[in-house]
Amino acid sequence: MKTVEMPKMGDTMEEGKILRWIKHEGDPVKKGESLAEVETDKVNIEIEAFAGGVLRKILVPEGKSASIGAGIALIGAPDEPLPEGVAGNGAAQSAASTPAGTAKSAKIAGAPVPEDTQAVSQQASVQVAPPMESRAHIFISPVARRLAEESQLDYRHVQGTGPNGRIIRMDVEAALAQRQAVAASVTAPPVTAPAAPVPELAPAPAAVDTGEAVEIPLTPMRRTIAKRLSQSMQTAPHFYMTSVIDTGKLADLRRQINEYAEKAPDPVKVGINDLIIKAVALALVRMPQVNVSFAEDKLIQKKQVHVGMAVALEQGLIVPVIHNADRLGILDITRESHRLAEAARTGKLHPEDLVGGTFTVSNLGMFDVDSFTAVINPPESAILAVGSIAPTPVVVDGQVVVRDRMKVTLSSDHRTIDGATAARFLQEFKRLLEEPFGLLL
Amino acid sequence: MRTITYRDALREAIREEMQRDERVFILGEDIAGYGGTYAVSKGLFEEFGEKRVRDTPLAEEVITGAAIGAALGGLRPILELMTINFSLLASDQIVNQAAKFRYMFGGQPEIPLVIRMPGGGGAQRGAQHSQSLESWYAHIPGLKVVMPATPYDAKGMLKSAVRDPDPVLFIEHELLYNVKGEVPDEGVEYTVPLNRGEVKRQGEHVTIITFSRMLHVTLQAAEDLAKEGIEAEVIDLRSIRPIDIDLLIDSVKKTNRVVIAEEGWKYYGTGQGLAALIYEYAFDYMDAPIQHVTSADVPMPYSKVLERAALPNYNAIVNAVKTIVPAALVHA
Repeated sequence: MKTVEMPKMGDTMEEGKILRWIKHEGDPVKKGESLAEVETDKVNIEIEAFAGGVLRKILVPEGKSASIGAGIALIGAPDEPLPEGVAGNGAAQSAASTPAGTAKSAKIAGAPVPEDTQAVSQQASVQVAPPMESRAHIFISPVARRLAEESQLDYRHVQGTGPNGRIIRMDVEAALAQRQAVAASVTAPPVTAPAAPVPELAPAPAAVDTGEAVEIPLTPMRRTIAKRLSQSMQTAPHFYMTSVIDTGKLADLRRQINEYAEKAPDPVKVGINDLIIKAVALALVRMPQVNVSFAEDKLIQKKQVHVGMAVALEQGLIVPVIHNADRLGILDITRESHRLAEAARTGKLHPEDLVGGTFTVSNLGMFDVDSFTAVINPPESAILAVGSIAPTPVVVDGQVVVRDRMKVTLSSDHRTIDGATAARFLQEFKRLLEEPFGLLL
Repeated sequence: MRTITYRDALREAIREEMQRDERVFILGEDIAGYGGTYAVSKGLFEEFGEKRVRDTPLAEEVITGAAIGAALGGLRPILELMTINFSLLASDQIVNQAAKFRYMFGGQPEIPLVIRMPGGGGAQRGAQHSQSLESWYAHIPGLKVVMPATPYDAKGMLKSAVRDPDPVLFIEHELLYNVKGEVPDEGVEYTVPLNRGEVKRQGEHVTIITFSRMLHVTLQAAEDLAKEGIEAEVIDLRSIRPIDIDLLIDSVKKTNRVVIAEEGWKYYGTGQGLAALIYEYAFDYMDAPIQHVTSADVPMPYSKVLERAALPNYNAIVNAVKTIVPAALVHA
């Protein structure tokens, strides 16, 4: 077996590029016949076979370059065994940059990557998400990549809207918004018909009647809900804790606030849920151990309190976020919750309305639900499920009297929150609602 | 505040510094009796006399060397070169002498020299007299290179330049001398530092970095872009060397997009230097490649039509901004 080497054709030549193989693997070759057309730094030239036989193996494919002296092909007898390493389909895929005058060095140039090297590179790529191989052809702007990685978003399937299909910041923000557009309750709330058409949201795909059933294709939102909540239930060990809250003073306070607020220059009507959001926010400030995310090797304790509110839509669920709810007054929380609910129903939510939540409140009180449990909205660590306020017989000073009561159930991720922590949080929350002046102070 | 021209602002700065410090004097070609090619020094000869307002021969290397010598000897010269194009004759004095002395002699000598000279094109001065050569000098450690765009900055920075202990190249622009702007009343003391840029317009969608005459074109473009919902942040670099990099990076972190608009040529110039720094320090904040608006890569044509085509203009800035600001972002 003879190795055909890249010849030196000129003083300045350092490597040559195979433009075209004139002979192909298996072709008989006579001495002096042209084998291939090679491009050097100056000219294109045909290289000739210096020995006869059969062109057994092409080591450098068309379009690739090889250094002077590197093996580019093997010529031998038809039945001569190929050297170890170049048998099979191991034709050099990369430039043969090492001189390969012998079969042994040909192996270096053209052999497949040894298995152990592959294993190492695979192992290395596991640690980067997404793997290097799959991002080779993804164009993404630096800020978009940073945002995606910080948010642990797999951007491989994000549609880029920039030049060359580049994923830009707004594309990642939109994807994050969609990811966040998932909440939270196990019990899917009854569908409420939206007051207005929802032009911004994708229309539901057509259902197919199979005779026995109707098959409804998944909308992107439904697909996301399915994926995210399955992931939450499978990865976050949920535990639940219920508290019964006396809402008498809260109702009084709400009445007083609304008497004031209806005469305000910008009148607004505060709902129980707005007071609950405020109480949650203050309880999170006092119990920052609950305002956390689980990040595999560490806990991330958020310095800011952003409370998500689950909103039921015809298409599914969406969780707009009231940012810095602890620092907003009750009237401002109310205005913001009204704005977000309206924007959610009309499909006008901005991406920034949907990102950054650190805790979610899911309130099904309006549906006459006694109590329920909710699925945590990752990467948050807890969610509060709020039931109806109901007149309840209770014992006060040895007498049975009727008082308004509300059941709330906290779902917590046991990876980040322990039972006593959850209990203290719930206790703080309960105190804020039962002695609600604390919400104002 | 009054509204005065860039030319008058320069003259006031020179006069106030000459009144404040008797070591300050001016020299240059036709600056005394004639009042200067661009009439900046008009009236100063009558006020300060021939000892402090000195006409020189047409010999840039000689007069620059003389100014360096005067500065080494304890005076504070303001040298006017007729244009930056002629400074090439004095480039050995500027680059090899003025920029080096402090470094080569143990930090002992000071060269408190200001060289004023206009650069740029747009007045049909032809290829040899229309160049933006600031990048050449900005390459040199030991020089400060400033290019104020407004009368306020021109006066404040020229006063700072006179008081600076090191050589400062103070580059003006032929088409700026008649630009008007607000300047505090004469005698009201203020200075503008030589190492600080300034945000001349706030915006969120894109940062446009510019300086000298292009600031005014850029501000006009930014105002019109705002009518379409694109809010551009306009940064006037003011100083080409040193670069106020923190100001640039803070803005880039906010907008994620950059257009650099300058009158110089594209390759190896100020804009490319800035772009490299921004990629170095703010790579993770970029959402689009930096766009660079420059003069065409040709010697400046003499023909009015071709000269206009060769210079960077309003449309080029607007197009560059729209290339990297997605419409969906603006209307979100």
